[in-house]
Amino acid sequence: MPNTITINGNAVALPDDPRVSLLDFLREHLHLTGTKKGCDQGACGACTVLLDGEQRILSCLALAVQYQGRAITSVEGLAHEGELHPLQQSFIEHDGFQCGYCTPGQLCSALGMEAELRRGVPSYVTQDMASESVAFSEEEVRERMSGNLCRCGAYNGIVAAVTEHHVHLHGAAQAREAS
Amino acid sequence: MNPFTFARAQDALDAVRLGAVPGSRYLGGGTNLVDLMRETVERPAQLVDVSGLSHTIEERPDGSFLVGAAVKNTALAEHQAVRVRFPMLARAIASGASGQIRNMASVAGNMLQRTRCSYFYDHEGAHCNKRNPGEGCDAIEGVHRMHAVLGASSACIATHPSDMCVALAALDAVVHLQGIDGARQVPFTDFHLLPEDHPERETVLRPGELVTAIALPALAFGANSTYRKVRDRASYAFALVSVAAALEIKDGVVTDVRLALGGVAHKPWRALTLEQMLRGQPASATHFEAAARAEMADAQPLRDNAFKIPLAQRTIVAVLDGLATVRS
Repeated sequence: MPNTITINGNAVALPDDPRVSLLDFLREHLHLTGTKKGCDQGACGACTVLLDGEQRILSCLALAVQYQGRAITSVEGLAHEGELHPLQQSFIEHDGFQCGYCTPGQLCSALGMEAELRRGVPSYVTQDMASESVAFSEEEVRERMSGNLCRCGAYNGIVAAVTEHHVHLHGAAQAREAS
Repeated sequence: MNPFTFARAQDALDAVRLGAVPGSRYLGGGTNLVDLMRETVERPAQLVDVSGLSHTIEERPDGSFLVGAAVKNTALAEHQAVRVRFPMLARAIASGASGQIRNMASVAGNMLQRTRCSYFYDHEGAHCNKRNPGEGCDAIEGVHRMHAVLGASSACIATHPSDMCVALAALDAVVHLQGIDGARQVPFTDFHLLPEDHPERETVLRPGELVTAIALPALAFGANSTYRKVRDRASYAFALVSVAAALEIKDGVVTDVRLALGGVAHKPWRALTLEQMLRGQPASATHFEAAARAEMADAQPLRDNAFKIPLAQRTIVAVLDGLATVRS
């Protein structure tokens, strides 16, 4: 396997030093500074990126070398041909941020969460663990997004933006059912 | 972070060969080890990446499971048959950490995570027998609201932070190990140790030994089980107290029960006293309360964590009441 990692579609050489976190690799080596360093210890979610398309992970707790041959999407990889990702547009429309520092992590996390909902991954607030599908609800969103802190407290806007994006993907029926 | 070399294991035997090098540590998802290395609490000379090892969840015809050590926490909680047969396990995993961390963390890494006692982390400012044997424990007289009330010692009052492990203790899981000299199996409840005079020894793992899988034996009434976690905030926080329980009732009588506690001890606390008391007794709140009191009878509160004793008792009763109501 070549000693590379794919970042937003581009294969790049991994660092020689195994101590380099995926977060520092993105920010300091590749100058992709969209991904933010909040706590650097897995407590805030600001460094969330997507692994292999839809798995949300914390880049601060990831050693870059451990992800050899894998694909990472950072916030810079969400927009497409100059068009913001629909979730990014929803964050703007619903004031899903104030200072914006946590936003790249919120965006990647919400996209990962959406994939988990689609697969039927249960959460702690899911009533029936045996159920193959999860009903979308505000309670589910708040529980599933709890790994992303917002010191400005823009949570209501974030929940609204994530909900709108979910409706955009799945139609209004399911979201109404949950409200 | 101190310098180290990085090696990727091809299989379990390759891993134990690499892991035989002094100063080696196995790397799963890295969610705890990388953090401890950054804090220089952990200073391995070599990391052996075992995250590429077994990711399979094998369901056997008898209702048991064999779960590969590298299976991600999310994958185990997501597995449809696991959710049907052992909802307590899926709910315990879902209650732990955050979505991002559950996607990274492996089953074996979850088991081997270290305590979050702040004195254990503070290697420049605090004394800790677990980090530096013999130097004392600053938690005993310090900030210890989160610490142990059962099975602690004068050397260490730390708690085991895992939720998943509480369910594994209740489910009589078995740990599969691979050493350089061969493989062996250890009952999950014997895998972690109480601190006694050697809190630096946390498990029965021998040097270089690798966790390869967890076996979950079939449990006929496993479907009537749950996990409840009490914490300072609604999500993304460690347990003050947690309860994993499965209950079987016939004609209003408890025919069988499994229960374990989290957040109260140096290891997941299997409530054998309670289980023995309840078998054959009416499934009533009175009996649940008596058994919960008996289980906590030997609890030793510290200055600021005595609240955990009644909290554990009440949580046990609430969980058992809930399981009894669902069944009847």
